Amino acid sequence: MKRLVKQFEQQTSHNVIVSYGSSGKLFAQIIHGAPFDLFLSADQELPSKLVALGHADSSQQFTYALGRLVLWSADSNAIDEKASRLKSGDYTHVALANPRFAPYGRAAIETLNALGLVVSSESKLVQGENVAQAYQFIHSGNAEMGFIALAQLYGEGLDRLDKRRQFHGSKWIVPDALYSPIRQDLVVLNRGQAKQIAQQFFDFMRGDVATSIISKSGYSVSTNHD
Amino acid sequence: MINFSPEDISAIWLTLKLASTVTIILLLIGTPIAYWLARTNSKMKGPISAIVALPLVLPPTVIGFYLLIAMGPNGFVGQLTQSLGLGTLPFTFGGLVVASVFYSMPFVVQPIQNAIEGLGDRPLEVAASLGAGRLDQFFTVVLPLAKPGFITATILGFAHTVGEFGVILMIGGNIPGETRVVSVQIYDHVESLAYGQAHTLAGTMVVFSFVVLLCLYWFQSKRGGQWSMK
Repeated sequence: MKRLVKQFEQQTSHNVIVSYGSSGKLFAQIIHGAPFDLFLSADQELPSKLVALGHADSSQQFTYALGRLVLWSADSNAIDEKASRLKSGDYTHVALANPRFAPYGRAAIETLNALGLVVSSESKLVQGENVAQAYQFIHSGNAEMGFIALAQLYGEGLDRLDKRRQFHGSKWIVPDALYSPIRQDLVVLNRGQAKQIAQQFFDFMRGDVATSIISKSGYSVSTNHD
Repeated sequence: MINFSPEDISAIWLTLKLASTVTIILLLIGTPIAYWLARTNSKMKGPISAIVALPLVLPPTVIGFYLLIAMGPNGFVGQLTQSLGLGTLPFTFGGLVVASVFYSMPFVVQPIQNAIEGLGDRPLEVAASLGAGRLDQFFTVVLPLAKPGFITATILGFAHTVGEFGVILMIGGNIPGETRVVSVQIYDHVESLAYGQAHTLAGTMVVFSFVVLLCLYWFQSKRGGQWSMK
């Protein structure tokens, strides 16, 4: 996001103020009148809901990124290319984001189901409120492994093995077929409708430059813009 | 009639179990600390008081973050619990108890300390001159005279643990029946936009907290007892 904003600011000499938060919290703020022009959600459901509630227009909603799920461990030897340790159930805790409201958490549960893995005890699945917290559980070693967003590893520079870094862990990128696509939508809110710059940002996000930045950050980009 | 889901009820029971356990432990270990702080002239009084009061000023995120690291497999608490064969504490009820004992400590220690300080030296000197030993002094003189302080400490320790959220969110892992307490359950309801269920639980918590505090102030004015945070 920082790279996108920087690029946009350089291109247009406009200033963008970003308010980060979990999608659910930002949604609640928007319906209660928060002064935002655009909303970049980590899912598709909330932007669609804003459109349905009349806070945005459906013509100005599109999928800017497809999230990719990864199984990650802070231990370099914990995960092989077949994720055998996950499959054999040889762990005390697997971390994930809360599947009740976090898209990556839902995808993690779908993956476990698709692999036919029945987690023997509920207490083996530890839930963070979001992927950032799941990352923290794994990073601190409290959970041997867990499902997070591939983009998080890119953000931390942990996507490649780097011998100079003390710490890189091991990972298994979950095949797309195992979970339904994590569509992340962007929507221009009513407050931003009349603003030229909001429109510019919307167009920028659909353009090649933004698409290339997004796909280099651990996301897939959908080919059809709808 | 209020309609709680089975998950809500499980969260309520877990919260009451946690608050009761923590309050009992805090009365057992907080009382000697409070007694020592009230009576000592040691140079260590300042630093110990500061450590006890830390949770009053630190945000729960800071406490939760360090507890997660310290109690993890690479932290010093985690190494200790592992060498004792207890495994690691995060994501367990025991972990919540340890965290809450630390987090609610000032709410128990300070009222007891204030009550004992309020007694002055005189009652204990008289008791000593009548041949009472230290333990005897505590149970026959300090405990009855400082009773309002102990009751205040019990109520505040319990209520504060019930209201705990940030630390539990950071070390609990949201496991039903083990670490998913009421405050976390409310948060989950809000995040998943289940505002109706959130209202039921949150409203109950407001009423509960109000009644507890009402009892506390009613009790204090009746007994003429006083409590202030130092």
